[in-house]
Amino acid sequence: MSKEKITLCEDLADIMPPEYHELVATATYGKEDRGWKDIGNSKELIEQHSLCAGCPESIAFRYILASLPNPEDTVFVGSTGCTSLVFPHVAVQNIHSLFGNQNAIASGLKRTLKCRFPDVEKDVVVLAGDGATVDIGLDMTMQSWFRQEKFTTICFDNELYANTGGQESGLMQKGFVAKMAPAGKTFDKVRLPEIAREAGCHYVALLTVSKPNRVERAIRNAVYIARELGPTYVQLYTPCILEIGKQSMEGLDEMKDAESIGGRFVMKEYMTDEAKKMIEDREAEEKAKRKAAKGKKPVSA
Amino acid sequence: MSQYQVKPGPEAFLPPSAASMGIVLPDPGECHIEGRIAPEEEGYEYAARKLLGAKVPTLFPGPLVLWKWNEKAAKKAAAIRALSEAIPARLIPMADYRPKYPKIDPEAEINPNHPNLTIWHNKIDVCIFIGVHCHQANLALKIIRGGTDCFTMAMCAQAGHEDACLSFRDIGVESIMKLMDAVNKLKKEGVKSQAVPFKQISMNRKGRVD
Repeated sequence: MSKEKITLCEDLADIMPPEYHELVATATYGKEDRGWKDIGNSKELIEQHSLCAGCPESIAFRYILASLPNPEDTVFVGSTGCTSLVFPHVAVQNIHSLFGNQNAIASGLKRTLKCRFPDVEKDVVVLAGDGATVDIGLDMTMQSWFRQEKFTTICFDNELYANTGGQESGLMQKGFVAKMAPAGKTFDKVRLPEIAREAGCHYVALLTVSKPNRVERAIRNAVYIARELGPTYVQLYTPCILEIGKQSMEGLDEMKDAESIGGRFVMKEYMTDEAKKMIEDREAEEKAKRKAAKGKKPVSA
Repeated sequence: MSQYQVKPGPEAFLPPSAASMGIVLPDPGECHIEGRIAPEEEGYEYAARKLLGAKVPTLFPGPLVLWKWNEKAAKKAAAIRALSEAIPARLIPMADYRPKYPKIDPEAEINPNHPNLTIWHNKIDVCIFIGVHCHQANLALKIIRGGTDCFTMAMCAQAGHEDACLSFRDIGVESIMKLMDAVNKLKKEGVKSQAVPFKQISMNRKGRVD
């Protein structure tokens, strides 16, 4: 879908429910400076969601969708898990893959889009849980990084298999006892950010979704770098409040605790020198644009 | 064994797919009427009679004609509006395919995941799907035939739908106009619309417009 296609046929426009008129009028499609600050003011690309009340994944979805630089030309590839329950509600193109197969699907999709639309920048973003990314799909995930496929992989890390009742996953912390893992985990949390770096990712970030500006920055960096240089990886801590015995309103506190000094999710960011230069150039360019736009504003008396 | 007929339901909670019961898709220039392959022209007249004989005839335009993908989509939209005025029939959009629990307004919108709600609410007895992607149309057609007594028709731009009671294929603007001509011809011959009086729902960003 391209920006100019987000219009209704005039002859049938008046039978469309209000939300579609609003989508045409106030969605952030096509706006270069879209970001998390649009949430609440502009029409969002996700409204209702099918996750549990207070689920941090729903917050992550809102921030990610608000942060995508180019949603009209973005395709998500999802996989089995809680995330797959949300995609039917998302107003961005998306594909559901077999469990664990998401990075293989995304590789083919990105290459095909490049051939089919050589003049348009099409972003492919994989969004899957830790089971799909680290356990069942680790082969496909890493092979796509080895091959330097140009797309972003986002992992929603809730440290277990949440929607099947709480089984142990590779990203679960050592010693954790879950409902379906009563003996407790006997080995350490898989260090996927480090593996991603060694496997050839040009940008890697590990953070929680407690701070929207950080999520926005990480997602935008990951998408921009994936376009130009190669694979990028973002791991977001989205705790499953049900499986760790928390209340609906405690998700945010859990994330804040996890990212405080000494926590498992203190923000980590890595980028190659090439990627760093690219991001610095882009930021300088954006700053200059903002400055020029400010200079153009008429001065009131 | 007698040939299976794609009659209006309620067929069952899980109706068998018509294809599995031996119903085949029409070839170009043909349509199927309750599973019987017939010339397209016969289908237009049959559809026109059904529409004029219905108490609540309804057109369900889908995203392919609601959004202005290109000029052809806009022309189809104009033709659909003209057809709805000629019958006259309600226009209820299938605006997108995302499930809408619990917010759907069944009077003003239809959703492929629970189309029966709209059929039941409005007491729709004859409907046409047009501009709906095939997969979602199949889903909606099966649910409708499973749980309602609505006569379903599909105006498909591809190969048609076995699960509709009547299905055209390869439709374009001309096909919609041909159906409209068939309606107008029957009207001239004295066939009167049996539709109960209604007012087309009109909406803008703030809600319904009176």
